Amino acid sequence: MTTFWIILTACLASAACALVGTYLVLRKQAMLGDAISHAVLPGIAIAFLLTASRNTFPMLLGAGAFGLLTVYLTEKLQERGRLMNDASMGIVFTTLFAIGVIIITLFASSVDLDHECILFGEIAYVPWDIWFFAGMNMGPRPVWILGLVLVINLIFILGCYKELKIYAFDRQLAVSMGIPVAFIHYGLMGTVSFSTIASFESVGAILVVALIVVPPATAYLLTRRLSVMLVLAVAFGVLSSLSGYYLAYITNTSIAGAIAVMAGIFFALALFFSPLDGVFIRRNRKVTLEAPEAVAGMAAGKNREDSIPLT
Amino acid sequence: MTEIWADFFLLQDPNLRWVLAGTVMLGLSAGALGCFAVLRERALVGDAVAHSVLPGVCLAFIITGDKDPLALLIGSVVFGWISLLVMDFVIRNSKISTDTSIGMVLSVFFGLGVVMLTWIQNSGNANQSGLDAFLFGNAASMLPEDVLLFGFVSVMVLVTIILLFKELKLVSFDPGFATVIGYPMKRMEVLMATLLVVTITAGLQAVGVVLMASMLIIPAAAARYWTDSLVVMLVIAAGVGAISAISGTFVSYTAPSMPTGPWMVVSAAALFTLSFFFAPARGEFQKWRRRRRQQEKVSGENILKTLYKLEERDGLSARSRTRREILKKRRMEPASLKKGLRRLVSQGLVQHLKGQPSGYLLTEGGREEAKRIVRIHRLWELYLTEKLQLPGDHVHDPAESMEHVITPELEQQLMRILNNPEEDPHNKRIPKASPRSGGAAL
Repeated sequence: MTTFWIILTACLASAACALVGTYLVLRKQAMLGDAISHAVLPGIAIAFLLTASRNTFPMLLGAGAFGLLTVYLTEKLQERGRLMNDASMGIVFTTLFAIGVIIITLFASSVDLDHECILFGEIAYVPWDIWFFAGMNMGPRPVWILGLVLVINLIFILGCYKELKIYAFDRQLAVSMGIPVAFIHYGLMGTVSFSTIASFESVGAILVVALIVVPPATAYLLTRRLSVMLVLAVAFGVLSSLSGYYLAYITNTSIAGAIAVMAGIFFALALFFSPLDGVFIRRNRKVTLEAPEAVAGMAAGKNREDSIPLT
Repeated sequence: MTEIWADFFLLQDPNLRWVLAGTVMLGLSAGALGCFAVLRERALVGDAVAHSVLPGVCLAFIITGDKDPLALLIGSVVFGWISLLVMDFVIRNSKISTDTSIGMVLSVFFGLGVVMLTWIQNSGNANQSGLDAFLFGNAASMLPEDVLLFGFVSVMVLVTIILLFKELKLVSFDPGFATVIGYPMKRMEVLMATLLVVTITAGLQAVGVVLMASMLIIPAAAARYWTDSLVVMLVIAAGVGAISAISGTFVSYTAPSMPTGPWMVVSAAALFTLSFFFAPARGEFQKWRRRRRQQEKVSGENILKTLYKLEERDGLSARSRTRREILKKRRMEPASLKKGLRRLVSQGLVQHLKGQPSGYLLTEGGREEAKRIVRIHRLWELYLTEKLQLPGDHVHDPAESMEHVITPELEQQLMRILNNPEEDPHNKRIPKASPRSGGAAL
């Protein structure tokens, strides 16, 4: 039974993250998940100190506030401080994380919370975190929370599917069509925050990044349709969770880490063998076409800034 | 308290001397190198590399069975490099964008590292305790041999930056040009990447993987507000890094339970905030002051102009006006009119008459200045109708904004182009400057 709860938690988390992650990957904001999952630490610590309990609701509230604060500060710094998006994000989230670590150390004696647990999470303990409602054993609490977040994400994405789609691909067009872009933007940021927070309580900050970025990126390589991409992203998230759990079981290692590794393996497979434009397909294409470089570049749908080599 | 200060700054504790040397070295080299990362828009690449070295650390430990600093350094440099290559490979060979590639490598490599770390922990090797210091850093646990190794690395990084400054600068700002004039771009890229990986690796023990990125980004971003010169930026960033290192070490020295790394980051962030608000020229405070000064200038000029137009309407008779009369002629906030008049009085452009009749009167200098503004306004209107063929009813608004920015040189040119005109398109006289005064500037 404990295995079932652990796998269910991982699957719910990966589904919720994959849904919002798809839009972040499309909007080239993949690192936002990383930023939010680190930056919420002070919010959690403060909520923990104020309520002196591991009560989930205040923690979610504190974390949500800091998640949105991260988004807001990053945007403001970028706009007013003439910094690039990645630099302003890097400043905001590392600073908030550092403050969180300091708060936790400051009250270490009175706080049953450590930053390593937040970084890696401990999904193996999920089955013992039981929610009692009216004296009844309702099953593990994280399952309920993640289930709720998943439902909220689904409602948001299905309800605003068309708007989100236009917003994700062409923000200017969305504005000119009269789509309430601010609502969509902050709605997406809100769902990202809550998915991140709800998941990382059980699976840890780094795995959240893996779940937000890697399955959608894998799906992105395999389709050109948004609806298919969403479904594939969720499927790869769930697949990584299942196989990651067994990898961790066999090697007796961290479940969260193993799930990230499996997600990476699926990504690598898609990168090389994708029938759309996997590395091998591209190699073949280069042989058959006249101007290999240019065509391969065009097929990749790249713009110039993307093709600058990294460091 | 003073004792602790004295202890700290006299460096009497030998252990402290080593720790301080290590963190300051890190602050200097990370700060300087971070400038290149930030300028090349690679800020978060450092974050990914920092997370990706974890499997290297674990692998080195698994192979050697010990925490030999050199082995760990080599292991992490190798994995840092691999992570860079993977990021680059993914970006080049698929439609995946840079940020997604960074996030993917970061989380998957780190996940692998966590798997290996838990594997080591479960394998029961007694030596493994302390490996997780790499995650959050533990500057206080740095041994003299660690510091020597990392000090050596930092010196190498700084010397390389100094020796190859011109080349690095060119590669950072204009890689295309560098290639064209025949620079060995490939080798420069490799060098930059190696410097980055080595610095990150050296910093891990002090601040840990999560916060290493901030030691690259924050000092460089703070330095950017102070200067436009790369040399100065490098020096300031290195300085910010070193000061943050000192204050972080100081905090954890006075309160031993406090972690050094997070305090370094918070100190750096405090310096960044200071720069953001108070740096000359680029700081928010200066920008706000400049904006306010400009607004004051515009509103003062508008008041002068209104006073002049009132005189003009009444047949150029110099007589004092009340604030109500001014407001009737030109709509503006009564409060800002009051403030503006007070400023003009103190500048000697307007006289405030207290007796009967009370009110405000242009002084000689004020009248010249008002004439200058009205002249520019009307010249510009004429220019727009004559030279750009705009209809007469379309030219007032542009002239309203141009009258505050046209320089005397431009004004003379307009005069010449329009052949010293007498009247504007609405048949109003263009006031000439009095011969003896050159027109007082505000």
